[in-house]
Amino acid sequence: MNDPLTAFFFGIYPYIAICVMVVGSILRYDRDPYSWKADSSQLLRRRGLRWGSNLFHVGVLFILFGHFFGLLTPHALYEHVISAENKQSLAMISGGIAGGLALIGLLILIWRRLADERIKATTRFMDMAILLLLFAQLMLGMLTIPQSARHPDGATMMTLALWAQHIVTFRPGAADYLTGVAPVFKAHIVLGLTIFLIFPFTRLVHMLSVPFKYLLRPGYQVVRRGRRASPLG
Amino acid sequence: MTIRAQIAMVLNLDKCIGCHTCSVTCKNVWTSRSGVEYAWFNNVETKPGVGYPQHWEDQDKWNGGWTLNGSGKLVPRAGGKISSLLKIFANPDLPEIDDYYEPFTFEYGHLANAPESQAVPTARMHSAITGKKQEKPVWGPNWEELLGGEFDKRGKDSNFEAVEKAIYGEFENTFMMYLPRLCEHCLNPSCVAACPSGAIYKREEDGIVLIDQDKCRGWRMCVSGCPYKKIYFNWQSGKSEKCTLCYPRLEAGEPTICSETCVGRIRYLGVLLYDAEQIEAAASARDEKDLYRSQCDLFLDPHDPQVVARARADGVPDSWIAGAQNSPVYKMAIDWKIAFPLHPEYRTLPMVWYVPPLSPIQAAAESGMLGEVGMFPDVSDLKIPLRYLANLLTAGDEAPVKSALERLMGMRAYMRGKTVDGAGDPEILKKLGMTEVELDHMYHLLAIANYEDRFVIPTNHREYAGDTPFDQEIAFATRSECGFSFGDGCHPSSPKLINLFGTQTHPNTLSGKPKDS
Repeated sequence: MNDPLTAFFFGIYPYIAICVMVVGSILRYDRDPYSWKADSSQLLRRRGLRWGSNLFHVGVLFILFGHFFGLLTPHALYEHVISAENKQSLAMISGGIAGGLALIGLLILIWRRLADERIKATTRFMDMAILLLLFAQLMLGMLTIPQSARHPDGATMMTLALWAQHIVTFRPGAADYLTGVAPVFKAHIVLGLTIFLIFPFTRLVHMLSVPFKYLLRPGYQVVRRGRRASPLG
Repeated sequence: MTIRAQIAMVLNLDKCIGCHTCSVTCKNVWTSRSGVEYAWFNNVETKPGVGYPQHWEDQDKWNGGWTLNGSGKLVPRAGGKISSLLKIFANPDLPEIDDYYEPFTFEYGHLANAPESQAVPTARMHSAITGKKQEKPVWGPNWEELLGGEFDKRGKDSNFEAVEKAIYGEFENTFMMYLPRLCEHCLNPSCVAACPSGAIYKREEDGIVLIDQDKCRGWRMCVSGCPYKKIYFNWQSGKSEKCTLCYPRLEAGEPTICSETCVGRIRYLGVLLYDAEQIEAAASARDEKDLYRSQCDLFLDPHDPQVVARARADGVPDSWIAGAQNSPVYKMAIDWKIAFPLHPEYRTLPMVWYVPPLSPIQAAAESGMLGEVGMFPDVSDLKIPLRYLANLLTAGDEAPVKSALERLMGMRAYMRGKTVDGAGDPEILKKLGMTEVELDHMYHLLAIANYEDRFVIPTNHREYAGDTPFDQEIAFATRSECGFSFGDGCHPSSPKLINLFGTQTHPNTLSGKPKDS
């Protein structure tokens, strides 16, 4: 058995965070669709956005999908393709590069939000809070890289993946996997779950509206029909 | 063939006095709230000039509208769908608010409330965004009013293309005209095409282009996609907003607020019938100069019995067909060919058309060398260069504009003869290729411009509401709903203890009370 804090943060907190994220997002989409938006500030200030936003988004999206596939793909599925050791090196290198890009972008965005009068004047508490949380999370993520370098055998990575897979498949005892894991990983996970928790109350919701449907739209035009009756007479 | 109807507008620039009443009434109705202080769904520019936002006509800079790709296919100038999604994190073609102007208010309250002092109190200018004091405005929706500013800057107007413009900077050769601008409610709207969310749509029943405020996610591609820069990003709500052609008024058979309040009576509203299946072909004409004609060819003769039968089969109500038959817009655009689309080369098939303005006769007249061609002066002697108007209205094709100006001038000469001499000169009719009845009709529509002749607007039809009488309730249920809001319906000021999903950061400063900086 592990201590109650570990049990809470890695056995129960994940479910709270994911529940709030899912239910909160559904409620917001349904009750307040007007507030569902990317909330771009590009109109007010172009400077810094092109580099900042592009670097941040490209980096962070890569990391997001990297975590998703890296943590949730069962070992049996890839063990014939790539060894755990090599997978860890791949994750460290590609994640490190993407993390670096995202970090540069994020710093530009934070600087822009703090230094530019117009952006500052239109910044809500949550706009700033989420940027700083993402910054802290990115830093923690980057700090896990030297930690991992000390154990290049891929064992920690496998442990973390097992934890994540146990969580999403509702298997008991998930938290046990994290007992011996380095604190930096634990902090990274707790902060990550906290970002899930506050997700519906931030501008992050815009990522659920990635307009892939645009690619499927036949042609370019959209015409809305009034419900017409059959011809008169 | 699929026939659809659209309410289109014509503006008679010959009579526009540049009073900005249209802009002001529009502003009061539609953009008098925070986030869109800088937005003018309708603004009046003095031409020549670079306009609002600056250089909006320069599509090399903004990449608005459509273009033909290598294989002659119509594609958005800024790029196709994939390219558009790749630019979603930062739109390289988006104007900055300074291209319009930084919104501001004057601190009027200070005039009344200032403590006693030696100097007269002043109402300082404050930015609506930062709340900070500003020294002076540096641009606006009519900044070049009456040729304000230097020719060096104004002369960058794109419509000077292929015009020897140097002489027009000289005082005695200068010319000007007004250009009131609003959303064109295009047949081939590039804003709709650019919207990744599918929030912008064209209404089938009357052709009005609208933005669904709940579906808009603020990806801001429409702002750059529109070559007329008539979609505005609300920096407070994070959503795009645009001219609605005052659809709640049109549905009730009333003209738009800009048309209703136009003191010069220059605006006309009427129905046009068009073949929806030919839109892409019409917008894909190889030569830009053919676009004006290919758009004219889209419009169907509402007096043709076959067209009427087909329109009815396609669900156009009889009242709308009758509206099309009496449409002042059809008469001016198609029958008399005196109205033209604004920048057809953008390939959006705009539906707000313009009658080109006449202008004083050039210096030749002063020296008694008036180049008369028969009974009225040669239009090439007009102060506004023909090519300039053609660049504005027909992608540079001078012939149609010349013919329209001749008809406007001929009409004056003929009516003058009729009033002064008791009879018009039949030679004029021959030259213009018009009958006396037609010319008389044109005179009534343009010069007298009675309210009921200018605005032929069929009311929105019960048929649009649905099949059963109960469906009418759908139409009535949406009556008196709020217009633009911040997503909180008719109760924008209702105090909320807590707002989980983000609140406004700015109060409305249009009242003249600056935001605390």
